[in-house]
Amino acid sequence: MADLRRPRLAVWKFASCDGCQLSVLDLEDDLLAIADRVEIANFREASSAVADGPYDLSLVEGSITTPEDARRIREVRAESRLLVTIGACATAGGIQALRNFADVEEFRRIVYARPEYIQTLTTSTPIREHVTVDLELRGCPISKAQLLELFNAVLFDRAPNLPGESVCIECKRRGNVCVLVARGTPCLGPVTQTGCGAICPAFHRGCYGCFGPQDTPNAASLSEALAALGMSPGELRRFYRTFNAGAPAFRAAADAIAEERPA
Amino acid sequence: MTERTIAVDYLARVEGEGALKVRLDGARVDAVELRIFEPPRFFEAFLRGRSYAEAPDVTARICGICPVAYQMSSCHAMERAIGLCVDNGVRALRRLLYCGEWIESHTLHIYLLHAPDFLGVPDAVHLAREQPEAVRRGLALKQVGNRLMTLLGGREIHPVNVRIGGFYRCPSRSELAAVRPEIVRAIDLAEETVRFAASLPFPPGEEDYEFVSLRHPEEYPMNEGEVVSSAGMRWPVDDFESAFEEVQVPHSNALHSVRRGGGSYLVGPLARYALNRDRLTPRARRLADEVGLEPVVRNPARAIVVRAIEVLLACEEALRLIDAYREPPAPFVAPPPGWRGGVGAAITEAPRGMLYHRYRVGPSGLIEEAKIVAPTSQNQKRIEDDVRHLVERSLALDDAHLTAACERAIRHHDPCISCATHFLRLDVERR
Repeated sequence: MADLRRPRLAVWKFASCDGCQLSVLDLEDDLLAIADRVEIANFREASSAVADGPYDLSLVEGSITTPEDARRIREVRAESRLLVTIGACATAGGIQALRNFADVEEFRRIVYARPEYIQTLTTSTPIREHVTVDLELRGCPISKAQLLELFNAVLFDRAPNLPGESVCIECKRRGNVCVLVARGTPCLGPVTQTGCGAICPAFHRGCYGCFGPQDTPNAASLSEALAALGMSPGELRRFYRTFNAGAPAFRAAADAIAEERPA
Repeated sequence: MTERTIAVDYLARVEGEGALKVRLDGARVDAVELRIFEPPRFFEAFLRGRSYAEAPDVTARICGICPVAYQMSSCHAMERAIGLCVDNGVRALRRLLYCGEWIESHTLHIYLLHAPDFLGVPDAVHLAREQPEAVRRGLALKQVGNRLMTLLGGREIHPVNVRIGGFYRCPSRSELAAVRPEIVRAIDLAEETVRFAASLPFPPGEEDYEFVSLRHPEEYPMNEGEVVSSAGMRWPVDDFESAFEEVQVPHSNALHSVRRGGGSYLVGPLARYALNRDRLTPRARRLADEVGLEPVVRNPARAIVVRAIEVLLACEEALRLIDAYREPPAPFVAPPPGWRGGVGAAITEAPRGMLYHRYRVGPSGLIEEAKIVAPTSQNQKRIEDDVRHLVERSLALDDAHLTAACERAIRHHDPCISCATHFLRLDVERR
């Protein structure tokens, strides 16, 4: 067999918790096998040896929150054949996108009280709002199984199999009792993309939406059901506004909830 | 001699984004700046107006390397605000979960981030070519830590099962017993790890640290205890903010912690070990003696051996907790009806050291104020002091070697820069 050139991997970090990068190192059983098949050219969290681009595959963690990072992501794009975002920060702006809903004037006043110390944008935005993204891995954090699927797909030059259906489908397959129907526990599973393994319902709690919206979410219907369980408008809005608050379908769902009437 | 600048533009093998700048004027070190350019994410801001119940899941996202630490500190702080007491079974499960995180995080640092420095290789992949059995051992041990977190928390990063007052679902005795053989094996791997770490070639250089950690009447500290210092002081957790203060510096997106009336101090494995060696398990203490680990370790390079001792302790503790486990009568306790908010603070021992949380919760259960002090923020000034001393005694080195030595000096402390950046609190600016 011909000695194929190993694809060159780079892993980049923007505003994030480092958890999705850690998922690469958490592929314990497969890590050394991957390192055999892929050249780890630039992965600062794991190696002090850094090779210049171009790179065949760039994994991008984190959202864009500073002017410098808005510039840097363009450089990353220019050096990357495939650019794949990993996790909710890179894909939807992450939990730090909650700043996008803050009182901007108040926020600005607070943030820029020491402008000489801190440089930050008033928004946290996903990578796709800045450059073309080839593929997105969802999750807070990403799933190791999906990460492995991505490596396999790149190595065999095929499209990865990443389902866009809801957590409910996976939850039924796992044999969980529905927490929403059977226990009246608020659950975002019906509108959230699968990939996590439906772990929250397996632990008797409702899904909190860390994989972001599924392909065809009916948030209006779910919001009605959740309100019927007794969730207040404030609680409901916060439910959609966590790690994927900036994802369009969740943003719209939160925006659609009527203001609480003063008591 | 002319002016000389040593710069590490981007620290490798640490969590988060940081850099180092050292300015020299002849033999005098003018300035040492550990720059943290990790963008601030303003957690203390978005926590305001969120439910008290959301704190564990939200603050876990400060750090993907030690999410359990954030979940534990936030739970304990909220429970103190509410006045909740948890069942002993819940207490045991929390310690078991923390053991999982200590094993995972320490083993990651020992084998994948720190050991390469002593063996002259850039990373664990290169290390695996020279010492495949060592890297395989490290990955297997790390996996046991992750296995515990997955069993108790649903997944290894940002576990989903932790809530204020306990867990969403507690495992049965038989579910825990299923991992027992892996833990038994992990204890042997941890012992081999201590011997591996102790055999590494260490550079000389002792530092005069003030160590600060929790201390508990019976246990090696994780979730509970009072704050003690090697300078002979002790404080209840509620006095943390009066005993220690944070100072904002222009070169960093992180605040520096110092002890009021003192100076920089060190938290983390070296501090815990120095202040709690008598709380180690007999086997861990015996092994520490056997590999020549003195009761107080002042050479930061040897923190890798102390981390290995703590991994052994965590594995042994995990086995003890699994064997003694009794499923609690209820997975969690809820706040009493009519709870109208309050203030609560707590400290737990993250793998990298003390993690302080304080919350003020309003009458409707929404957070009004949050304060979080991460281990790396507390160590930042002390790390700069280490680098300063290293440079002072290494002036003869050329720039490339001095730069590399500085970078290694920082890595000895396993700084987590993602964590460190949150301490840019909004209430600072309002003064």
